[in-house]
Amino acid sequence: MPFEVHKMTAPQSDTPADPVADHNQILLAAAQAKQIAASRRRKLADKAGNYLMPLLTVSALLLMWEALGTAFPGGLPSPSMVLMDAQELIFNPFYDRGGVDKGLFWHVLTSLSRVGIGFGLAAVCGVLLGAFLGTVDWARKGTDPIIQVLRTVPPLAWLPISLAALREAQPSALFVIFITSIWPIVINTMVGVRNIPQDYVNVAKVLRLTPGEYFFKIMLPAATPHIFTGLRIGVGMSWLAIVASEMLLGGVGIGFFIWDQYNSSRMSDIIVALVWVGLVGFVLDRLVALVGQYVSRGTTAD
Amino acid sequence: MSKPLLSLENIYVDFERDGVISQVLENVSLSVHKGEFLSIIGHSGCGKSTLLNVVAGLVPVTLGAALLDNKEIKGPGPERAVVFQNHSLLPWMTVYENVRLAVAKLYGARENLKQLHDRTLHNLELVKMTHAKDKRPGEISGGMKQRVGIARALAMEPKVLLLDEPFGALDALTRAHLQDTVMELHERIRSTVLMITHDVDEAVLLADRVVMMTNGPKARIGEIVDVKTPRPRDRKQVLQDAQFIDCRRSIVGFLEAHDHAHPAPAEPA
Repeated sequence: MPFEVHKMTAPQSDTPADPVADHNQILLAAAQAKQIAASRRRKLADKAGNYLMPLLTVSALLLMWEALGTAFPGGLPSPSMVLMDAQELIFNPFYDRGGVDKGLFWHVLTSLSRVGIGFGLAAVCGVLLGAFLGTVDWARKGTDPIIQVLRTVPPLAWLPISLAALREAQPSALFVIFITSIWPIVINTMVGVRNIPQDYVNVAKVLRLTPGEYFFKIMLPAATPHIFTGLRIGVGMSWLAIVASEMLLGGVGIGFFIWDQYNSSRMSDIIVALVWVGLVGFVLDRLVALVGQYVSRGTTAD
Repeated sequence: MSKPLLSLENIYVDFERDGVISQVLENVSLSVHKGEFLSIIGHSGCGKSTLLNVVAGLVPVTLGAALLDNKEIKGPGPERAVVFQNHSLLPWMTVYENVRLAVAKLYGARENLKQLHDRTLHNLELVKMTHAKDKRPGEISGGMKQRVGIARALAMEPKVLLLDEPFGALDALTRAHLQDTVMELHERIRSTVLMITHDVDEAVLLADRVVMMTNGPKARIGEIVDVKTPRPRDRKQVLQDAQFIDCRRSIVGFLEAHDHAHPAPAEPA
């Protein structure tokens, strides 16, 4: 109970009730009931807003798109056309007729497995490299200009080099993911390690922790929030990179699927694929954020 | 008298910044015997924390030497455990894990898991924190954090326990409780303690000797008073103790005389 409505004890039944006090009691109870009702209304409105507003904007956008599609036929297909053209793609993502003729689920799965390997490697190497650069000052000074330049190179620009060096499509795609997503991980880990409070360092000094113990017991946990910021940016960038690089490399994968449908002018299929790409990217981002929240619980306490 | 456990000999500490030297400590000498409780008091910025950090090994001396058991102090180590002002517990570990970290580091090689576990719990029990052993530092109060900090330091079984204004950030009631705990512990394990404080009552109540420092820069040890009030001490009874009152008066007098911000009015002859 958030509010205690009857605060005063009722007067004994045999004694005559004080009319003024009784009146006040009634007024107070009414005012409190009003307060509770108002707060309930606010909460309900808040909840409704959380679900209703996104629904409203999405349907408004779809309606606008539909109207534009009907007004200019022959251009971008309208939502209802997409629904008709790409029925199988939308409602059966699991079909597999061999070759590259598969449901979107399989394309996305292949792309995700590439991201898993490339991003996983980038995470491990990035955290280790970032921890090293955050600790050793001269190493950071030496590599900082290189990192600052390399991190701005777009994913697709890496593709020719990696194809020339690795000669095969699969490792090249992995390399492009790796090299795109490693920079934010390195930079954020470095910042996190450099910002470890002096207090924790002093504790480690008094205890005479070995470098290994310091790395696992102090450095990693203290830098965890920063590391996960880097991982979150990194996973987003790796998803950007995979779609782009698959477009050029071919084979199974959501990127190539989009390119393939473009070549056969199936706009509706591309739109369905785009929705998948967006949703998967969103889920990846949330997933890393959730893991980060779980792992770094406590670290932000004072 | 026997040889001192800890001795500071003609210590000078200078800090350099942009080519300018600022002298913090000038010719500080101090001897501490085993089992003694020393309070170091002085105005803020007088270098008392620097003095403690010299003993902790966190600040190098410019000239002179700090000796513990006749060995020069060259860096931080567990035989000079520090209870930091802001507790410095690792927030990602539970209370138990924070103490266990120290226990495992110091005794991990010699004792089995059961012994390590018992040792951890024993130290938590000393400060009456067993009930919160599975909580994280973020979930307990400031006073409780400081208790855990003390438990962690005690777990190292240090030759000298260094307390750096351990109760500075606590409210008066919590502070009094913790002072009682520290007195009890000192009584029980006869530890050698060096405590920084800016609270006159705290300094006198806990200590065998109170070291008063002059204002920085170039802080020196101004006076040292012995507190002969018998132990165990009770915070209410000492208020009637003549020795206690004398010590308190001389410290307040010293601090007022060295207060640059608010110079004391000239005393009538």
